[in-house]
Amino acid sequence: MTSQATGLIPDPTAGSLDPDNTTVAVGAVGAGDSGEPAAPARDSQQRRRGFVRRFVRKPVAMTAFCWLVIVVLGCVFAPLLAPYGPEDQDLMAALSTPSAAHPLGAGELGLDVLSRLLYGGRITLLGVLISCTVFAVLGVLAGMIAGFRGGWVDRLVMWLANLAFALPAVIILLVVLAIFPNNETAAMVALGILGAPGLARIVRSVTLGLREELYVKAARLSGLGTGTILRRHLLPRLAGPIIVQVSLFGAAAVGLETGLGFLGLGVTTATWGTLAAEANSRLADQPWLLVPTGFVIITFILALGLLGDGIRDTLAERYSLQPSKKRRRRRSAPADGAAVRPDAHRQRKARPAAAASAAADSTADAAGRATDVDGAPDPLLQVDGLTVAFPNQDGCELTVVQDVSFSVGAGEAVGIVGESGCGKTVTASAILGLLRGGGRITAGSVRLDDTELTTADAATMRSVRGGRIGWISQDPIASLDPSFTAGHHLVEAIRVHRGGSKAVARQRARELLELVRIPDPERMLRSYPHQLSGGMAQRVGIACALACDPQLVIADEPTTALDVTVQADILQLLRTLQASGTAVILVTHDWGVLADLCQRAVVMYAGEVIEQAPLQELIDRPAHPYTRGLLRSNPHQAVRGEPLPTVRGTVPAPSHWPAGCHFADRCELATSVCRAEPVTLHRVSAERSSRCLRIDQLLPRPDVEQVAGHAR
Amino acid sequence: MVKLLRRWLLTSIPLVLLVSVLTFVLAALVPGDAARAILGFNATEETYQNLRSTMGLDDPLPVRFWDWFTAALRGDLGTSITNGDTVSHQIAVRIGPTIALTVGAIVIATVVGVGLGLLSSWRGGWLGKVVDVVSLLAMAVPAYWFGLLLVWVLAIALPIFPATGYVSPGDDFVMWFQGLVLPWLTLGITASAPIAKQTRDGVLTELNKDYVTVLRSRGVPERTIVFKHVLRNAATPVVSILGLMFIGLLSGTVLVEALFVIPGVGGWAVEATQAHDIPAIQGIAVLLTLLVVAVNLVIEVLYGLLNPKVRT
Repeated sequence: MTSQATGLIPDPTAGSLDPDNTTVAVGAVGAGDSGEPAAPARDSQQRRRGFVRRFVRKPVAMTAFCWLVIVVLGCVFAPLLAPYGPEDQDLMAALSTPSAAHPLGAGELGLDVLSRLLYGGRITLLGVLISCTVFAVLGVLAGMIAGFRGGWVDRLVMWLANLAFALPAVIILLVVLAIFPNNETAAMVALGILGAPGLARIVRSVTLGLREELYVKAARLSGLGTGTILRRHLLPRLAGPIIVQVSLFGAAAVGLETGLGFLGLGVTTATWGTLAAEANSRLADQPWLLVPTGFVIITFILALGLLGDGIRDTLAERYSLQPSKKRRRRRSAPADGAAVRPDAHRQRKARPAAAASAAADSTADAAGRATDVDGAPDPLLQVDGLTVAFPNQDGCELTVVQDVSFSVGAGEAVGIVGESGCGKTVTASAILGLLRGGGRITAGSVRLDDTELTTADAATMRSVRGGRIGWISQDPIASLDPSFTAGHHLVEAIRVHRGGSKAVARQRARELLELVRIPDPERMLRSYPHQLSGGMAQRVGIACALACDPQLVIADEPTTALDVTVQADILQLLRTLQASGTAVILVTHDWGVLADLCQRAVVMYAGEVIEQAPLQELIDRPAHPYTRGLLRSNPHQAVRGEPLPTVRGTVPAPSHWPAGCHFADRCELATSVCRAEPVTLHRVSAERSSRCLRIDQLLPRPDVEQVAGHAR
Repeated sequence: MVKLLRRWLLTSIPLVLLVSVLTFVLAALVPGDAARAILGFNATEETYQNLRSTMGLDDPLPVRFWDWFTAALRGDLGTSITNGDTVSHQIAVRIGPTIALTVGAIVIATVVGVGLGLLSSWRGGWLGKVVDVVSLLAMAVPAYWFGLLLVWVLAIALPIFPATGYVSPGDDFVMWFQGLVLPWLTLGITASAPIAKQTRDGVLTELNKDYVTVLRSRGVPERTIVFKHVLRNAATPVVSILGLMFIGLLSGTVLVEALFVIPGVGGWAVEATQAHDIPAIQGIAVLLTLLVVAVNLVIEVLYGLLNPKVRT
């Protein structure tokens, strides 16, 4: 019964709908010049047809629907279908299992189980119908009026809804039945009334949203009466959520109705509930009696629930405007291209490319991997041919970062820069193996000193994370667990690697907070994340990242979410950090931030490194048209009175990467050669490399030494 | 915290009043009143009228409600028609088994629900699918039918537990416990499905949050992340549905007590309904509403304890 009672709780998600077509609605207002707008009706008809088409494609929901129809028809036509009357006795067959004469067996006095299920269903289903009707009529009326009128009516309905949730439904039904003995109709009406505020709440929220929409406002202005507006404009839009709620409520009502029958409180003739009661009293003699009754009741409730879910999913599809046949898996989008349909060409390519770059690891691809100064000491971190793929909706893998190579020397600050969706953050997370949403490294290597991180086991990775590499995240507040204090976070970060007592860790935490210049460390230790400003939270995040003196700190857009004044403080902090010998990888799209902190920059575009160079050289003489475009569109260098130059177009989604140079479609220098085949990263000078074939147009100087291996 | 308490009071007081008025007015509408119900139709008109006036049935409805309500506030809920005992005393005797049943069921529902939800969301894969199917079934299987199934399997086919028969824990604790195992399982398991679903959704939501990635970036072990951080945050919505679960469980006790013949309030409510015993059912409705109100208070406090935003 518990489950049924909770069935009364309407799912709030059903109420949160996206208004789908304001544009159509505005068109409807135009058509409404000649009396009442006709377009919404036509539109809703079309929508309904689309709905049916999509619904029919859902096998589970369709099966549920068909089963409901079969059971209902069976009960309606019981007098024609049932082999016996509900009272026909066959004493010889009393308490028997299924036989030719009694396909579902027979109960006490040899009453045929199948016949009584069919006849009994009439009473049960009539009761359910009554309470669903009361539920729907009351709930819709109250909800629409509350949503449309607002004010005290609204508050009253919401308040009643809260009260109704707190009422133990069965007890109230018992009160009703004590007063009207065995009066099933009274009980089912009462059940409908008890459930109605829940529906009203959902109807209200949808109505409230719709009321503000243009076409409803326009209809109001054109003088249509409230009643007409409610009927013509709101009801069609509400139909979906209402059907969902009614089917879920129906499921609960079946459970309660049969429960009352089981207790002997409903109608005394055969119903599904009284059959269950008979199974109870005869359980020791003939347990079979449990089966047919239970099967019918459970499958009927299940089917109503599944039908409701199916309708909800179908509606949700409409609102998400997804033409997908499969249900979409909810996954965090790896880059900005998640909603785009994968392009078959790209799919086929992904794996060979990954394999190729894996192979390239061993073979010395001197030109491609020209990253650091020859003969220089081994870098602290060496990323080589890093390729990352994420699963997409169809379960295939989609490469979002491809063949990324760069290195970071001890104590060096390197910036990774590029537009959103270029794979900067994915690259940074891949270094620590922190890819979300099922992403994985498909090729390449990440070496920290002598440790290979891509193949390291969980324990090694744990000791690297926080121990040797610290991480500072984009959104400082969200990166703290809201349930724990700043002190708790720090102590945890310290003790994970260093162990020791809490008191010692707390002392260290205090020092760390002083290090990141927090005015009152003692108070900060006791503060919860929601009490902190963004800047303070980011200081705590930095303190956590520094807890175990890492050799390298990766900061993923550490200042993006902060106020400008706070940004400067945080950058200052990172600068001191770097000055004290910690290497830094800074992910950013802000040249100012980059210039402030980094010695070297890695420019990424559409999943690839397209250029890397010492910062000053990069700014003075960019070796890739994308870098040039980015630098020009830097607002700090804008000329007053002239429009800010931009790189036209947008970053292509990973599924739409071109076969040749990824930037070709936005590049003013691109030729057919650029589009022909993939372009490799080639060395431009001792410390620079670029992925542009037309570099002579950018650097018309003799220092362009094109090393062998780059495409003609 | 003060805000929480105010919110609680704002729903609690009207709720108790609403249930009182509702049951009282409904009872007053009945054709044939309590006096007739006691005396039957064979009594003379004179006895009937006498009883009516001694019972105060001639007074106007608001006066009768006021009398009943003030008496109820003093703990006097009237006299049961069926057994002549006072309603308060009967409830006092019967509340013990009901509370034992409910508390045990809540514990089982929480342990099973949170466990399944956690397993399915953290370990995922086929286990997640199994939990999905089980939750779906548990939503659809009525508690009384599941109880019957348990009785057949664990009391008749394999006689491990008694099917009926409640023994007071003072008399024989072991028997008491054994007798409650099947009722607990019946109520607890049917109630665990929504908790499992909520836990699963909650854990999946939390696992996707930034702070989880950041904790991983600090080398915090996965076990600590899930059991300390994620579960703690996923618990907040679970606690808030526990209140609704409890209301459902109270309804469930009515069926389960009748099924397993437990001398609790729920079973008595069924008997009272069958016997048209209006004072008893009124008293039970008010009492159970008070119980809901009390549990909601506990839930609000728990919610506050779990959520530092409310607490501080």
